[in-house]
Amino acid sequence: MDTNVILLLLLVPLLGSLVNIFFGKKLGNGSGIIATLAVLISFIVTVVAFVQVNGTKTPIQGNLFEWIAVEKFSISFGFLLDQLSLLWLLFVTGIGTLIHLYSTSYMKGDENYGKYFGYLNLFIFFMIILVAGSNLLITFIGWEGVGLCSYLLIGFWHKNQDYNDAAKKAFIMNRIGDLGFLIGVFILAFLFHSLDYMTIKTALMSGTNHQINTWIGCAALAIFIGAIGKSAQIPLYTWLPDAMAGPTPVSALIHAATMVTAGIFLITRLNFVFDLAPLVQDTIAIVGAFTALFAASIGLVQNDIKKVLAYSTVSQLGLMFMAIGFGAYEVAVFHVITHAFFKACLFLGSGSVIHAMGGEQDMRRMGGLDKYMKVTYITFLIATAAISGFPFLSGFFSKDEILMVAFEHNKALYIIGSIASIMTAFYMFRLVFLTFKKGFRGTQEQKNHLHESPISMTLPLIVLAVLSIFGGLISWPGSSWLNQYLQPVIVKSAANHPHALGFEAYMLMGVATVGFLIGLIWAFRKYIQKAQVPQEDDKITGFHKVLYNKYYIDEIYDKLFVKPIYIIATFFRDVVEVALSGAVFGLGKIADELSLQGKKAQNGNIGLYLFAFVFGICLLLYYLFIAR
Amino acid sequence: MNVTILLLTLLVGAIATYISGKKPAAKVALLFGLVAFVETIVLICQHNAGTDAGYMTQWISNPNIHIALKADGLALALTLLTTALTPIIIFSSFGDHIEKSNIFYSLVMFMSFAMTGTFLAADGLLYYVFWELSLLPIYFIALLWGNDTFEVRKKAILKFFIYTFAGSLFMLVGFIYLYSKTGSFLLQDLYNARLTGTEQYWVFLAFFLAYAIKIPVFPFHTWQASTYEKAPTVGTMLLAGIMLKMGLYSVIRWQIPITPIAAKEVMPTILVLSIIGVVYGSIVALKQANIKRFFAYSSLAHVGLIAAGAYTLTLDGMKGAVLQMIAHGFVIVGLFFVGEIIYRRYQTRMIGEMGGIRQQAPKFASIFMILMFASIGLPGTFSFIGEFNILYGLSQINLWYAVIGGTTLIFGAFYMLRMFQKAMLGETNAKPFADLNTKESIILGVLAIVIIFLGIYPKPLADLITPSLVEIVSYIK
Repeated sequence: MDTNVILLLLLVPLLGSLVNIFFGKKLGNGSGIIATLAVLISFIVTVVAFVQVNGTKTPIQGNLFEWIAVEKFSISFGFLLDQLSLLWLLFVTGIGTLIHLYSTSYMKGDENYGKYFGYLNLFIFFMIILVAGSNLLITFIGWEGVGLCSYLLIGFWHKNQDYNDAAKKAFIMNRIGDLGFLIGVFILAFLFHSLDYMTIKTALMSGTNHQINTWIGCAALAIFIGAIGKSAQIPLYTWLPDAMAGPTPVSALIHAATMVTAGIFLITRLNFVFDLAPLVQDTIAIVGAFTALFAASIGLVQNDIKKVLAYSTVSQLGLMFMAIGFGAYEVAVFHVITHAFFKACLFLGSGSVIHAMGGEQDMRRMGGLDKYMKVTYITFLIATAAISGFPFLSGFFSKDEILMVAFEHNKALYIIGSIASIMTAFYMFRLVFLTFKKGFRGTQEQKNHLHESPISMTLPLIVLAVLSIFGGLISWPGSSWLNQYLQPVIVKSAANHPHALGFEAYMLMGVATVGFLIGLIWAFRKYIQKAQVPQEDDKITGFHKVLYNKYYIDEIYDKLFVKPIYIIATFFRDVVEVALSGAVFGLGKIADELSLQGKKAQNGNIGLYLFAFVFGICLLLYYLFIAR
Repeated sequence: MNVTILLLTLLVGAIATYISGKKPAAKVALLFGLVAFVETIVLICQHNAGTDAGYMTQWISNPNIHIALKADGLALALTLLTTALTPIIIFSSFGDHIEKSNIFYSLVMFMSFAMTGTFLAADGLLYYVFWELSLLPIYFIALLWGNDTFEVRKKAILKFFIYTFAGSLFMLVGFIYLYSKTGSFLLQDLYNARLTGTEQYWVFLAFFLAYAIKIPVFPFHTWQASTYEKAPTVGTMLLAGIMLKMGLYSVIRWQIPITPIAAKEVMPTILVLSIIGVVYGSIVALKQANIKRFFAYSSLAHVGLIAAGAYTLTLDGMKGAVLQMIAHGFVIVGLFFVGEIIYRRYQTRMIGEMGGIRQQAPKFASIFMILMFASIGLPGTFSFIGEFNILYGLSQINLWYAVIGGTTLIFGAFYMLRMFQKAMLGETNAKPFADLNTKESIILGVLAIVIIFLGIYPKPLADLITPSLVEIVSYIK
């Protein structure tokens, strides 16, 4: 029974993917429907499994077959559907279904419509493997698999080499993280002779010694590097903004709601390992906080609607990492879920805008769209309010909990997180005002083309907007369902607040609300009252320019890493190779000279070479055996 | 049935191909190649059922030389690689205009025969004879049917020939020395030869020269790129897909168990050399303009890692090495074929002169991508299994070996994706590019299926080789 559930969950999206990749051209519009249904089935299976596990409190497990065997242990193709993986699967397949539905309209008319859905289904398949794997190496299949799909979908419009560059960059930067992941796997395998989550957990619960702890720290650090790559944290975040080259639904699904949260998932999955590595936890908190601030500051001045959202994602992921660094895994997971709702809504909303604008992404060419696209505008506004921390919307609770945990652990990081939150409110409302308010700044042609998107696109927006409003209910302060639910998978939590809310908590909520208002009013004054429009690129100066150019990090990486490697490659090719060849054939040269002379005598007949060779061997053998 | 029948099939195939004449030569060779493949499968089934398919008889009594063929799991696995790839390689050249095709295909079959013999031989001298015999056909294939003008390619091919041949002579000397110590060439007797540390050291070194050049290990690789470039693609496939593995296989079969003390002592140095090869090959690959040279350097990086796995002297490392040998064989043959397909349509091997192909040939692009990601070692492809085992084996010796060797993950993605982008993506190329025809689809389809299937279910192959490797590791301890 258990195995059947797992197989059904996995194989339906895989089948959908294969059908679409192989027969997509023939299916026409049918491929979108098939793909959406495939994910919907996965969602239904997930719901059934979720209800079962929530009732019985026993995870669903199954090993399909032995995959890799090394001397000391073997790794099976095994899956584990417990509270954590099912939670992830719920929103992966749930939001996945919505985004598939949305894509059926958004991608209409694309020459590779079928292939698009093939890749999207493949992504869901690998994402399921990632979260449902019962050991680290199965997770690693999913981990690299989603990276592959990310590559395929970022570079989906592969005629454009800039998009291809972005895809390549995403894959390579992720691979840096993946090496970290793999090294972590090796260390854990060395320590525990197993890669199975449950086995490692049991081994750790039954006691550790200090000698192990150093290695545990190394393993945690290595795995964190993996998480940095996948979840776009400093210093490996630069691929994510570029990844916006992909179709917008892809940005919503992969680069906002699901794949980029895999790092959070992995660390939460291994919470019992990270609990033993306090130094690494501190590092995570600091990296997260700084990423949150750094990315938010870049987001303040971007004019590409998707770029703003991309930096916002990086920043929000930073907040999640900060929470994880404090050991508050449930809080991070909570924010993952609410973020999935409102960020997916925002991306799909921006897709709706881009759709209406005929591909335009620069907010300086937009404005006043609220009159043309009511549903898009209202849902977008709700999601913006949610991410900015408007009281009692989902983002308010989840972000507030993160800041609350930060306040308890480290006041400096609390301040950094709060500043990032104010910035979030500012850049999000800046985005809303520039896009939807005031007059239209685009061309007349664009203006004539403006329209609300069809129902298959607005329906997902509405659902996600509703979830953005009420999503916070799953973890109501003081009596959190989520914390209860996750208790079996999280060994030691810093976020359990069974006691009633104290004065401190209310105060922090108040402060957060004030922060939200500051950001909102700041944006309102600038873009509504003063009706400013961001300057054209060549007029930007000073620190604004530094921000606008993303602190020149891409350029710095290019000078520091990419260029030197090319220089070394050229040096190796033109100098070292030649030198090695020369050195080895210094001796060979002499022989060459001899053969040249010999060749003259023998008219260049290669048959003679062969003859001489055979004769030589015979002579040698004769000398060695017979003549002796 | 025993393995002599397999060897005879290949040898008779070579002769029959030659006699059959120019027109049917390719088909005759393919037929014998397929028969040999089926025989190999039967042999493996027999082996799994517990029947020993080995063969031994006295050849010459003085000196004491045997015709000894050992068909354990390890030898059969490499035999399988050879006989599976041979028909694929032959089939890949169908339709090409090849002069004196009966000689050409006869040489291909003969090479397959000699390489299979090398993998099966369990007598040092017999092994040496097969080893050298396999060099002759590839020499002529490359020299007579290669690219560029005769004079230009002769330089490269002759360099290759002399270089590898010189290396092998050291191995011969090593065997003769061993014979003088033990009075036998038999593998088993050599395993049991009790040599002192110093004696082992010299034998190890003699073998190492032969293998390091053949594999090739950095810095003995300088013959590789130019030979790959100049040889016709069939030859390059034979070289990269199968012949490279002769050196790697011999390390595990002959060198390490005969000279375990020396191997242990020299291990760190060789690991460092091998891992340098991984990084060095990857970096040089970045700046290659010719797609065949590009694949050559990618091979240098890959075999570097395989060599590192073998020289870990651990079961895990060696198992990874053997699995990766087979995986690399399938992947690299596929990749060279991809290069050939582009050449057939565009008459160029320069990556810079390609581009914009994916738009026109989606099927071709998809399979190219599968092969590329297999080469990068994506989980779910066969290459990942070997790579994981090797890196795991390295990590258990010293984590830093795995970290530096593991940069292949990053570099591999870097050079491969970069090449793919230049060769395949971008605005539609003005020159038309026909998508795969049936023959090409079959070949690439088979390769893709094998690579993915064994990536998900490598167990049959892993189980086949593990007992032999356990035995070999027992000689090290």
